[in-house]
Amino acid sequence: MNPDHDWWYDEAAGPLVRPYAMTRGRTRPNAPNLNLVTQVRAAGHPADPGALSPEHLQILEICQAPLSVAEVAAYLDVPLVVVKVLLGDLMERGHVVAGALFQTSDITDTKLLQAVLDGIRRI
Amino acid sequence: MSDTPLIPTSIKIVVAGGFGVGKTTLVNTVSEIPPLRTEEVLTEASVGVDDLVDGKETTTVALDFGRITINAQVVLYLFGTPGQNRFWFMWDELAHGALGAIVLVDTRRLDSSFPSIDFFERRGIPFIVAVNEFEGAWPHTMEEVRHALDIAPSVPVIACDARDRESAKRVLVELVHHTMRRLETAPA
Ligand SMILES: Nc1nc2c(ncn2[C@@H]2O[C@H](COP(=O)(O)OP(=O)(O)O)[C@@H](O)[C@H]2O)c(=O)[nH]1
Ligand SMILES: [Mg+2]
Repeated sequence: MNPDHDWWYDEAAGPLVRPYAMTRGRTRPNAPNLNLVTQVRAAGHPADPGALSPEHLQILEICQAPLSVAEVAAYLDVPLVVVKVLLGDLMERGHVVAGALFQTSDITDTKLLQAVLDGIRRI
Repeated sequence: MSDTPLIPTSIKIVVAGGFGVGKTTLVNTVSEIPPLRTEEVLTEASVGVDDLVDGKETTTVALDFGRITINAQVVLYLFGTPGQNRFWFMWDELAHGALGAIVLVDTRRLDSSFPSIDFFERRGIPFIVAVNEFEGAWPHTMEEVRHALDIAPSVPVIACDARDRESAKRVLVELVHHTMRRLETAPA
């Protein structure tokens, strides 16, 4: 048995339906540039918290400091596709800002690579 | 780097290799946070919403990852690749924009690392080979491993113990050095 399957079935209350109910069935984010490691951060406090779902509010809470999309998905325990939709909603309302889409060309920045090297040596 | 100083730049390293070779162990050993796990829906592009809700014909793929905060502007993420071949679609997103890859090798099952090596070679992504030394494995020299896997002389092949932090750090340092060397020698 593939353990990767279990996530969908180990919750009593209709597992697959729950995450997609969070996005009202949407699987395409309206922020198409989000990737696994895009950094996102909450931007101020929403004036209309009542218009947001508990999951949206939870994202704003954990993103007071910047986090990657993958971290947000892991902490909320929802699939990446779901978290991207929710983040897209928040970005549209201006409640979340995202870092630039990572460019491979950034890797040609030797200073950046030297910083990575120093950072690894410090751990 | 990023457009706002308040939002750091993410760097990504991919840890690949066959099932049970020590990918998750390596990520755990160097991560500053308890390793995280997230799920992606298999073939999200080709699966309709109705199928997702019905739970028919859908599979999730689990991704293990860890984090090393480099400084206020840079965060490094390490992602273990999902092993099974049907998850290849995930590899493209993982490899996109990566600083490089570590291909872990278990000398008892050398062939299980072939697909990973082939993947990074074809895409021109810098990678190094780290031989995870399991007890009971026949001792191999790094040159024997290089020969058996047909690794180019420019690609480092080093021994490691994925459970040991200093050893795992050496692997990461070797990869960053390798990426730097490739930049120096690459045609402008
Ligand atoms: N002896 C030894 N065992 C290891 C080493 N690295 C990992 N293991 C063990 O090998 C098993 C599989 O490792 P895991 O990291 O889950 O492999 P993955 O499938 O590649 O993620 C675990 O029981 C680890 O404790 C190592 O360097 N030496
Ligand atoms: Mg694993």
